Amino acid sequence: MKYWLALILALQCALSTYAGEAIALAEDPVVEQRMIAISEELRCLVCQNESLAGSRADLAMDLRRELRTLIKANKTDAEIMEYMVSRYGDFVRYRPPVKPLTWMLWFGPFLLLIGAIVVLVRLVRRNQRSAAPPALDANQRKLAQSLLKDTELPS
Amino acid sequence: MKTKALIPLGLFAVLVVFLAIGLTRDPREIPSPLIGKPAPLFTAPRLQLPDQQFSAKDMLGKVWILNTWASWCVACRQEHPILMEFAKTKTLPVIGLDYKDQNAEGLKWLARFGDPYDLSITDRDGRIGIDFGVYGVPESFLIDKAGVIRYKQIGPVTEEALRDKILPLVAELQK
Repeated sequence: MKYWLALILALQCALSTYAGEAIALAEDPVVEQRMIAISEELRCLVCQNESLAGSRADLAMDLRRELRTLIKANKTDAEIMEYMVSRYGDFVRYRPPVKPLTWMLWFGPFLLLIGAIVVLVRLVRRNQRSAAPPALDANQRKLAQSLLKDTELPS
Repeated sequence: MKTKALIPLGLFAVLVVFLAIGLTRDPREIPSPLIGKPAPLFTAPRLQLPDQQFSAKDMLGKVWILNTWASWCVACRQEHPILMEFAKTKTLPVIGLDYKDQNAEGLKWLARFGDPYDLSITDRDGRIGIDFGVYGVPESFLIDKAGVIRYKQIGPVTEEALRDKILPLVAELQK
């Protein structure tokens, strides 16, 4: 009995992995295409720098299976996103929504850019001002002229 | 002039503070959106008695912990002695969710290391795990009398987490 059970389990494992590999190519290409499009917007929770579409992590495979099920159940993209976000949070999205908590994330770089431009403009203006030749007073002018008189100007 | 020269140093100090805070945080800890929300009302077959279904509804009115584990999970061994000790105190029911595991392997694991759970249930295809936003075993959920998730421990339950976070919260919730 035990051996039979083990054999059945082993067969089941073999078959299910086989089916798992085959599904990705063979089954409904329309569902598959939509699943890939959605999962490219989603982060794999296990290997955080990979998208759900590209990850081979176990959880990613399970989640892709869930996405396929949702797509076949005629859920909209927004509903599927909501399904993922309600379980894993905004972190799961590669494009987090704009809300007060993420304002710094979305607008911070532009604030830094504006700050940098303001500093740059002020620095350039100040340099321009100090680059203008300082005016000579009467004595300095006389001295300069007397010095220049003796110099032969290069032809 | 002198104060101006200190500006870059000041900016650098701010950067160092930000980076230092960043270093103390674990990038694998993703805050769960489920805290403060009702736990999924799932039903699942029991590990020891596969013909019987466990329903999360039966736990309404009790403060309990759902602890995900698996025989293939290495970090589960780390928290296991702590759970064993905790089970002895009989503070609250701890339900084990054997996540993506073979029943036989799960039973063998419990026989070998000891069973700290009031009962264990199985989640062969990981669907219950997904509903709880599990992304790495072990994870534990503290659920209150109204069935709301109040706390999530990501990774092994440590003695510090139990003492400083879980037990004070349990005491408050059991009132």
